Amino acid sequence: MLGSSNLSSNELLGLGNKHWAFLFLVITFVLALFKGIFPEGLNRPPEFLVFPFADWINFFFVFLRDDLGLIHVSRAISGGVEWLLDITANLLYGKHRWPRIGPIPWSAIAVTAFVLAYSLGGWKLSLVSGGTFIWIAVMGQWKWAMETLSVIIVATPISVLIGLIFGTLAWRSKIFERILNPILNVAQTMPHFAYMIPVVVFIGVGPKAGAIVTVIFAVPPMIRMTFLGLKSVPPEVIEGGKMAGSTGWQLLRFVRVPSARTEILIGVNQVIMQCLAMVVLASFIGMPGLGQKLLQLLQSLKIGQSVEIGISIVLIAITLDRCTQAWAKRQPIHFPKGTSIFLRHKFFFSWLILFILFLILGKFIPILDEVKRNQALSISSPIEIGVDWLVITLDPLTQWIRWFLITWILIPLRNFYLWVPFTAILALLACIGFRIGGLRSALICTIFFTLIAISGWWDRTMITVYTVTVAVLIAAIIGFPMGVFASFGDRSSKTILLVCDTLQTFPSFIYLIPVVMLFGVNDVAVIGAVVLFAAVPLTRYTIEGLRNVDQQIIEASQMSGATKYQTLFKARLPMAIPTIMVGVNQSVMFSLFMVIIAAFIGTQDLGQEMQRALSFSDVGKGLVLGLIVSFIGLMVDHLIMTWSYSRKKALGIN
Amino acid sequence: MRNFFKFMALSGALTLGAIGLSKAEDSSDPIIIPLHNWSSQLVMSYAVGQMFEEIGNNVEYITTDSQAVYESIRLGDVSLELEVWEGAFGNSFRAALEKGGIHDAGDHDAYTREDWWYPLWTKDACPGLPDWKALNECAAIFATPETGDKGRFLGGPVDWLKHDAERVEGLGLNFVVVNAGSATALWAELKSAEQNDRPTVIFNWTPNFVDAVWPGEFVEFPIWEEGCDVDPAVGYNPETTYDCGNPPNGYLKKAAWDGMPEKWPSAYGVLKNINFTNNQIAEMAKLVDVDGLDPEDAATEWLAANEDVWKRWLM
Repeated sequence: MLGSSNLSSNELLGLGNKHWAFLFLVITFVLALFKGIFPEGLNRPPEFLVFPFADWINFFFVFLRDDLGLIHVSRAISGGVEWLLDITANLLYGKHRWPRIGPIPWSAIAVTAFVLAYSLGGWKLSLVSGGTFIWIAVMGQWKWAMETLSVIIVATPISVLIGLIFGTLAWRSKIFERILNPILNVAQTMPHFAYMIPVVVFIGVGPKAGAIVTVIFAVPPMIRMTFLGLKSVPPEVIEGGKMAGSTGWQLLRFVRVPSARTEILIGVNQVIMQCLAMVVLASFIGMPGLGQKLLQLLQSLKIGQSVEIGISIVLIAITLDRCTQAWAKRQPIHFPKGTSIFLRHKFFFSWLILFILFLILGKFIPILDEVKRNQALSISSPIEIGVDWLVITLDPLTQWIRWFLITWILIPLRNFYLWVPFTAILALLACIGFRIGGLRSALICTIFFTLIAISGWWDRTMITVYTVTVAVLIAAIIGFPMGVFASFGDRSSKTILLVCDTLQTFPSFIYLIPVVMLFGVNDVAVIGAVVLFAAVPLTRYTIEGLRNVDQQIIEASQMSGATKYQTLFKARLPMAIPTIMVGVNQSVMFSLFMVIIAAFIGTQDLGQEMQRALSFSDVGKGLVLGLIVSFIGLMVDHLIMTWSYSRKKALGIN
Repeated sequence: MRNFFKFMALSGALTLGAIGLSKAEDSSDPIIIPLHNWSSQLVMSYAVGQMFEEIGNNVEYITTDSQAVYESIRLGDVSLELEVWEGAFGNSFRAALEKGGIHDAGDHDAYTREDWWYPLWTKDACPGLPDWKALNECAAIFATPETGDKGRFLGGPVDWLKHDAERVEGLGLNFVVVNAGSATALWAELKSAEQNDRPTVIFNWTPNFVDAVWPGEFVEFPIWEEGCDVDPAVGYNPETTYDCGNPPNGYLKKAAWDGMPEKWPSAYGVLKNINFTNNQIAEMAKLVDVDGLDPEDAATEWLAANEDVWKRWLM
């Protein structure tokens, strides 16, 4: 993401990168081993070097809010958003707001989903989509799901619009792109809680705050995809447009945007997925619906019912994902001249007929209008019995794992991370930077961590880094062999990829409870929860890397008489390593995300402070902590991507 | 659905007119009631919301953080708060009071208590309980890998500011305080302790749904005396503060936005009258946590069964 440049041929002060790397490695060891001799200022950042960034940011925000009166602007914007939200809320679940015509019966909405999916992707898709809405209604979650959707329906178009505008501006102006790119990088690696605090201060709490925080979170991928789409329009197409005499705006509206259609629609797809990912988190600042209900149920340990809601969220995600993908892939259909209006719009008219039919049916058959909570089905008791059984049965094993990990691995490792002087870590990062990407990488790494050191949160950062390191290692031990194993067959790789998708879309908060029940409140539980998330991308990219190795290479090795395992270790794995490293990168990002959430189990790291900042609406502290997490993420991303890029180049893979 | 047809078949004006008629002197803007993450507060909020609707007000509910809510009330984004706990939220409430925009709308009869607590099965392993000295003698049965020989006390999140570590020090307890990250984590531990019959001592409070699900007792520390938190001389250990139990009867208050009396005078009058007892709160929590109702339905049910209690608050 940060772009990579190959400086390995450059020499700095007559020394090559390898020599510099070695030099810094020596410095690292000297600083660490003789830490007692050196002044304390080399061990922990001395006080005069710690800057009160949080106070500065808070000062700036108070200035923005009160002195510049930005709060009136933000409240006016949120007023507009609220008006839109009231309309969808009224239609979908009958909130007492203008236009006061809802709620639409559930069966009419389900049939809408059914027809829409059919027109986009045929029978299979329509069954998934219609089935999802029937499941929601039958499980008695209709009102909650509609509360969620009422926000998503508003947030998605706003995000898409903002994304299109910024994406186009970035494509038009090089300067704008230069400014926007680092902002997007930070935005996409910053923990969600960090965004929420300023939103609470400027917008308040409630559905409108939920919608706005969702928009903020969902816009970056849309900007990127728009930019990418516009940039990749072939020049021949533009020439064609110019020859037809289009003006600048016409060229954009009728040539460039339609040609970039697929990328833009993939952007829309990403926006919707991001919106769904925010369902639970946004409920911390008052977004109603499934997320809010989920948190309430978890609070009183109702795992069964929480899982039911989790399933609904996954189903909605699958439906929206498949529908938008089908939309992205679909090419416009052109009818011969003279086709009747009904045939041209056959889906619209069949939908209209069915919709009105169910409106009327809903009036006479109450169950088609609303499934009441006491009529709903539930699968919660078998789930709860299952979880209880698991906890009791696994207890001896989990107690042993807990004892082993804590006594022999976690406590010593954690103490070690906290023992290392910060200067030694900076030197080590410089060493790694020089080894991987030369001076530029070394500078990026050390600057990021120097900023962290002078922010005053060094120890907590180290605990976060320790958690993430251990979690990614364990995730690799689990995910890597699983990916290798799955990659041998078509069926097995499909199954595992499906498991990965589900694990990833399933609301992460639900994992926290079983993990605490198994391990208790301690680092093992925290790491357990993080591993569940971190293993997903590792497995996925291992499968994809191994399966996409050039067939010719595999055939060549088979012809030279290699066995299955020789092919794996000598041909497929080395070729797949760059892709697998992308998985490692993602795994680190996911861990950083989850480690913040795991503060709800009980940690002493950045996540705990972030949670506290949210409780006390402390914007400055929240942003500083968010930036720290973002810096760790960006640094890892830079290192791995640079390495993977040069490795791919060496292997001759595009 | 009914409304939908009204609109389709008749006209929207009728619906609007009907609402216009029922309007009292209160503003027709919805009263915003905050929801937090424990069941008694949820049921109480829905119950009070339904009372407001009974006298013709519009009501909306939003979920917020239970510490951050006071800031939202101050700004008028939220209209009121029904459960201000002295121990847990006293600080946030007082901080918001000082900034202005929020005021104290009276106490409930209910009192609150928060302290170290154990489920009853723990008593089998440590029969001397609830005395704190007895607890200290059986510290070893609470030991875990991360606390070594010492017992482990699972406290609430650090931002609840409970001073457990100071107490451990002041009373010379053989315990290490481990902080959970959320109340949910506390209950998850408690549940797994129950399944495996493990003795455990955690931070807990009353009224709470736990009362109904896992019977237990508070540890009896040296009785709270005024000044125990600031004056080392007060309390068990003459050299330290927090060398005593928490106050056994903290207040449970209502709070309101300063604009509320003017905007919704009748609803505000009801809010001032509202007064729940510990028993009523426990009943409400039980409907959700033991009987498995949804908080909304539990509120309706509770209101139906206790008309004599709340009808007079509407006067």
